[in-house]
Amino acid sequence: MNAEVAVREPKAAVWTRRHLLDLEDLSRAEIETILDTADSLVEVSQRRRKKLSTLKGQVMANLFFEPSTRTRTSFGLAAKRLSADTIDFSPSGSSLSKGETFIDTAKNIEAMGVDIMVVRHTAPGAPLLLAQNLDCSVINAGDGAHEHPTQGLLDIFTIRRAKSRLEGLTVALVGDISHSRVARSNIHGLLKLGAHVIVCGPPTLIPMSISRLGVEISHRLEDILPRCDVINMLRIQFERQRHGLFPSIHEYARLFGMNSERLKLGKPDLLLLAPGPINRGVEITPDVADGPHSAILQQVTNGLAVRMAVLTLLCGQQVAEE
Amino acid sequence: MKTLRITNGRVIDPSQAIDQVTDLWIRGENILGTGPHPQLQADRTLDATGKIVCPGLIDMHVHLREPGREEDETIATGTAAALAGGVTSVACMPNTEPALDSQASAEFVYLQAARAGNANVFPVGAITKGRKGEELAEMGGLVEGGAVAFTDDGTPVVSAEIMRRALEYCRMFDKAVLNHCEDLELTRGGVMNEGFESTRLGLGGMPAAAEEVMVHRDIALAELTGGRLHILHVSTAGSVDLIRRARRRGVPVTGEACPHHFTLTDKCLRKFDSNYKMSPPLRTDADVQGIIEGLKDGTLDVIATDHAPHAPEKKMRELTEAPNGIIGLETLLPICVLSLIEPGHLTWPQLIEKLTLHPARILGIDRGTLRSGAIADVTIINPGVEWTIDPNQFRSKSRNSPFAGWKVRGRADAVVLSGQVKLDRTFTAS
Repeated sequence: MNAEVAVREPKAAVWTRRHLLDLEDLSRAEIETILDTADSLVEVSQRRRKKLSTLKGQVMANLFFEPSTRTRTSFGLAAKRLSADTIDFSPSGSSLSKGETFIDTAKNIEAMGVDIMVVRHTAPGAPLLLAQNLDCSVINAGDGAHEHPTQGLLDIFTIRRAKSRLEGLTVALVGDISHSRVARSNIHGLLKLGAHVIVCGPPTLIPMSISRLGVEISHRLEDILPRCDVINMLRIQFERQRHGLFPSIHEYARLFGMNSERLKLGKPDLLLLAPGPINRGVEITPDVADGPHSAILQQVTNGLAVRMAVLTLLCGQQVAEE
Repeated sequence: MKTLRITNGRVIDPSQAIDQVTDLWIRGENILGTGPHPQLQADRTLDATGKIVCPGLIDMHVHLREPGREEDETIATGTAAALAGGVTSVACMPNTEPALDSQASAEFVYLQAARAGNANVFPVGAITKGRKGEELAEMGGLVEGGAVAFTDDGTPVVSAEIMRRALEYCRMFDKAVLNHCEDLELTRGGVMNEGFESTRLGLGGMPAAAEEVMVHRDIALAELTGGRLHILHVSTAGSVDLIRRARRRGVPVTGEACPHHFTLTDKCLRKFDSNYKMSPPLRTDADVQGIIEGLKDGTLDVIATDHAPHAPEKKMRELTEAPNGIIGLETLLPICVLSLIEPGHLTWPQLIEKLTLHPARILGIDRGTLRSGAIADVTIINPGVEWTIDPNQFRSKSRNSPFAGWKVRGRADAVVLSGQVKLDRTFTAS
């Protein structure tokens, strides 16, 4: 089947949005539309000629106010595969240090003829602020500890491809839930698709009120491991230790790290994810990270398809109209 | 001397327990009295039928920004906003640049207020030099310059020792110490109330406990020293309860509530709009209920706005970067009507008491009464007039109001300041 035809199938009709700011606001049908579109695009990456013309003549700008390698590269490549032109802008130390405001910076980039702005920022709500002030489409590539919708989508997409469903699965997010945008996007997306979600970590990194979102809270990995179909090991930032949220990296790894001993408590087909750059030996020991349960590299590959799907849905229609 | 008659209004003066439809007479700069006086001839008569006539409103928590941040507000624009809101006297906070921490700086405020010729301004002096929290400011000089109370507002007095000495030292001037209660370690990195909403938005939280631990500390210090303590902008149900229990023990502590804290909750932050960002932050429904209870049972004596102007370019930023604070002078009355009068939480005399008599007592100023001989500051309120809040019409230099577009009822129709009609929305024709 030709992927270019597939993305214009009726399923894509469940999409009217110009921006992708969060998963909390999306319906189950909208999330499934993205996942279905991504399914059809996976094949493109496996071809020898990996290019579609969906976004030909359009410009996507990466506007990253926070360092990123993986997400920025993934968006850049996704745009190129759809034939968009891309520009990269990492304002750290350039215009911002001259006192230019964040909105002015974005408006200046937009004035170069940008159709899609991919934004990462330390402040929750910053992409929304741009969506309110710019005319182009805005994609949130991570806003503080709020959301990182494409990461959530690619995690969910990876689970769906491995398990062929989400409904009824038990998925644990392990680590620093308080400060994690990946956790929030995963929670909203997984719950909407019918999964049971457990958050696991020390109480200093799990706000008590998060249970009101509909997730289960655990502080002991061993207790939940036997029930889990998927475990998503969030990256721990060492600076949290300096702020006194846990005593040491060593103790964190001892209580919440995934190693081959712990893995024995899990189901034989347990799927192991890790969204960010992992600290080997902290969240996951190297043998587990590279072992048969790990889907870490598939996540990266799938990330490309998911981002192509998002770009197609946000801006592909305009091409169809012309 | 000219005689002004305000006729047929509902005269409410809590200082004399008056609430009746009658006439109010003003001669020159002073109140002559109430009631029908057939022998008196008025040079001008304002017909206040259907309106409320009360002592000029006092807002004891206002940031006028001058000197140092005139792009946000000046003494002239802030006092114009006060009059537009029916407020005849404001107490201005000392977190200016430089801080209001010397006799000369207090005198500067009086000078600029006189030049502007709008509402009265009563400066509140800094507790510590430069508001640095290290050494007491020259409070004697500040009192000489006209400071009516002391605070380091904008920031708390971090040191318990300094707070203790401030409460002690102020006893010799009979001035109140006003504290912004916030444990800065507990609120570090905080943007909004800590709870379910901050968790879901991924925004740093400021727990209720951060306010309450310092309210608790200050009550203990007021008890130790006998100094007069006033808790600014009480935002949590727990703080209300601490003040309530302290007052039962006879501790000299008063409390203040801001309209936004009894009207809005942290759910508003879902819009990521910096016009909902202030310190202390918007709290939960339970806190709103707690504050309303505190206003009803008298634990919270005063309603004040914490009018905190910020120029649009400062507020129009990422939520984490935008400064704390919203303006309130021109929305004070209608928001009180909406949240307190219309639901039946307070009667008009109870509301007016918290906007006149009580702040006048705490600050020790000769305002807030319609007693014969008092300075004739009067506000005439049209309680039923419907209007839509439009910050672009504000007299304030800033626009940072969360109430833009709200359809509300009630506003000041006229304001009399020292016998002069200063604001007049409806009487010009008559």
